[in-house]
Amino acid sequence: MTTMNAMNAMNATNDDPQQETALPIKIAVRDLNFYYGKFLALKQISLDIPEHCVTAFIGPSGCGKSTLLRTFNRMYELYPEQRATGSITLDGENLLASTQDIALIRARIGMVFQKPTPFPMSIFDNIAFGVKLFENLSRIDMEERVEWALKKAALWDEVKDKLPQSGASLSGGQQQRLCIARGVAIKPEVLLLDEPCSALDPISTARIEELIAEIKKDYTVIIVTHNMQQAARCSDYTAYMYLGELMEFGETEQMFLKPVRQETEDYITGRFG
Amino acid sequence: MYAPLSSFPRRLLSDALADRLFGLLARLAALITLALLLGILLSLIVGAWPAIHQFGPGFLTHNAWDPVKEDFGGRVMIYGTLATSIIALAIAVPVSFGIALFLTELSPAWLKRPLGTAVELLAAVPSIVYGMWGLMVFGPVLARYVQQPMQSLLGDVPFLGALVSGPPVGIGILSAGIILSIMIIPFIASVMRDVFEVTPPLLKESAYGLGATTWEVIWKIVLPFTKTGVLGGIMLGLGRALGETMAVTFVIGNMNQLNSISLFEPANSITSALANEFAEAAPGLHQASLIYLGLVLFLITFVVLTFSRLLLMRLQKNEGMSV
Repeated sequence: MTTMNAMNAMNATNDDPQQETALPIKIAVRDLNFYYGKFLALKQISLDIPEHCVTAFIGPSGCGKSTLLRTFNRMYELYPEQRATGSITLDGENLLASTQDIALIRARIGMVFQKPTPFPMSIFDNIAFGVKLFENLSRIDMEERVEWALKKAALWDEVKDKLPQSGASLSGGQQQRLCIARGVAIKPEVLLLDEPCSALDPISTARIEELIAEIKKDYTVIIVTHNMQQAARCSDYTAYMYLGELMEFGETEQMFLKPVRQETEDYITGRFG
Repeated sequence: MYAPLSSFPRRLLSDALADRLFGLLARLAALITLALLLGILLSLIVGAWPAIHQFGPGFLTHNAWDPVKEDFGGRVMIYGTLATSIIALAIAVPVSFGIALFLTELSPAWLKRPLGTAVELLAAVPSIVYGMWGLMVFGPVLARYVQQPMQSLLGDVPFLGALVSGPPVGIGILSAGIILSIMIIPFIASVMRDVFEVTPPLLKESAYGLGATTWEVIWKIVLPFTKTGVLGGIMLGLGRALGETMAVTFVIGNMNQLNSISLFEPANSITSALANEFAEAAPGLHQASLIYLGLVLFLITFVVLTFSRLLLMRLQKNEGMSV
C-alpha cells in the first residue's frame, strides 16, 4: 500500500513532460528495507537520484532520512545489528550485493556529517589524509590538490596561512567547510551531506549552501536537512519521508508549490512536524 | 502555605558554612595524602642514610653485594628491575593494543562482554599464583622449547649467543619479564579499550567514509586522537611492572650476578632482593643499603606515575577541547 503510494508519487513526477529530458540516473534505490536489529526503519524505499543535481531528503526527526543516506555508502555495516535488503545501484552496479572492496565504494561516495569532525592532525593533513589513501601524489601535486579542495569549499582564503595548524583550532563553520573540502578532495562522484548545517550559524550556513550550488556541477549531491527553507533554496529534487516511508519525491519547486499528497503539504506548510 | 525559614530547626548550618566545612575536609584529606607521601619518603631517606652516606650516588652503578665485607651496590637489582620491566612492556604493549583494537572495532557484539571481562579478570589473579605457575610450568617450558633450540641455533653467534647462554632451568630476566607482561596486559588493555571507546563515532565514520580501512582508521585517526590516554595506560602498566614483587621473586632466580648479559641466567630485581633479604639483614649498612634500594625504586616509580598522571590530565583537557 505504502509502496504503491510512493511509486505513484514518483510516477506523478515522471509523467511530467519536463521530466522526460531529466539527467541520467546516478543512484537507483529499489525496495530498500532497513533494520536496526528487529526494528524496520526504512520500508520499501524506491527512488531515482539524478546525476549532477542536488537531492534533498526532508521529514520529521526519526523518519529515516539519515538512515537512508547512510545506506548509500554502507556506513551501517560498521554496526553489526544493522542491515539492509533490496538494492541500491550506483551507475548500474548494485552496491548492497557488491563484492567490491567497501573502501573503494566509499571513496566514490564522500560524506559530511552533522557535526564537524576534524581529524587530530594539521589542516593540510586533514585534506591530504583521504587523498593519500588512494593516490600517490608528489608533494607539489598534493599541495595543489589541497589548495584546490580548500578553494572548492570556500575556505582557502581563511586558512592558507595556517595550513600546519591543528584542524581543531578552526571555528565550527570553518571546521565543517574543512570536512567538506576533505570529502571533495578525494574527487568522489557522489557527496552525501547529513544535516551539514545543523550546528552552524546563518552566515556559515549561507556559505555552505553557496558551496553546494557550486559543486553540483561536478558531483551528485544528496543532502539531509530538517530545514525546509534550506531544501527549497538549494535542492533540485526533494524527497519527503515519514516514519520510514518515502511519501513523495519530485522536483523541489513542484513539491513546495503544489505537493501531490496532503501529508506533504501539511509538513511543508508547518501544520505538522 | 510557605513555612517561615525559622521552622527548619534542623538546618543548623547555613549553606555557605557547610560548603566551607566540606571544602576544609576535602583539603585535609588531600593534605594527609601529601603528608603520608612525604613521610614515607623521609623515613626511607632516614633509614637509608648510613648507606647514602657511605656509598653516595655511586651506589646506583656499583656492582657488588657482599654482606660480609659490607660492600653494597645496586647495579644488579636496578638492572634487573629495569630489564624485566622493559621486556614486559615490549610484550604487553603490542598485545594490549591488539586486544583493545579487537574489543572496540572488530569483535562481534556477543564476544565483547565476555572477552573484556576475561581480560579484566587476569588482573584479579593473585601475583603469587603467577609466580608459582611461572616457576613450575612456564619456566621449564620456556627453557626446553625456547632456550635450548635458541642455544643450538645461536650458540656461536657473538652477541645473540651470549643472550641465550646459561643452564636451561627457565628462571631469569626473560621469564620474569614475560610473567610481568601477562600481569600488566589487563591494565594496559583495559585503559586502551576505554580511550578507544571515547573516540567519537562520527570521527571514525568520517575516516571510514573517505575509504579508510579499519587499520588506517585505528592507526592514523584513533591512536593520534587517544595518544595521551594510551601513553597513560602504558605508564600505569610500567609502574606496576616496576613494583611487582612476588611473581618476580619466584622466577628471577635471586642471584646477585651480572656476569653475563644472558636473559636466562638467574638475576635479581630490587623488589625481590628486598623480599628475600630484609628479614635476615643485620641492622646497619646491610639494612640501610636495602632501604636505599627501596628509595631508588620509590623514585623510579614516582617519576613514572607522575608522568602518567600528567599525561592523563592532558587527555582530559584534550577531550574537553574537541567535539
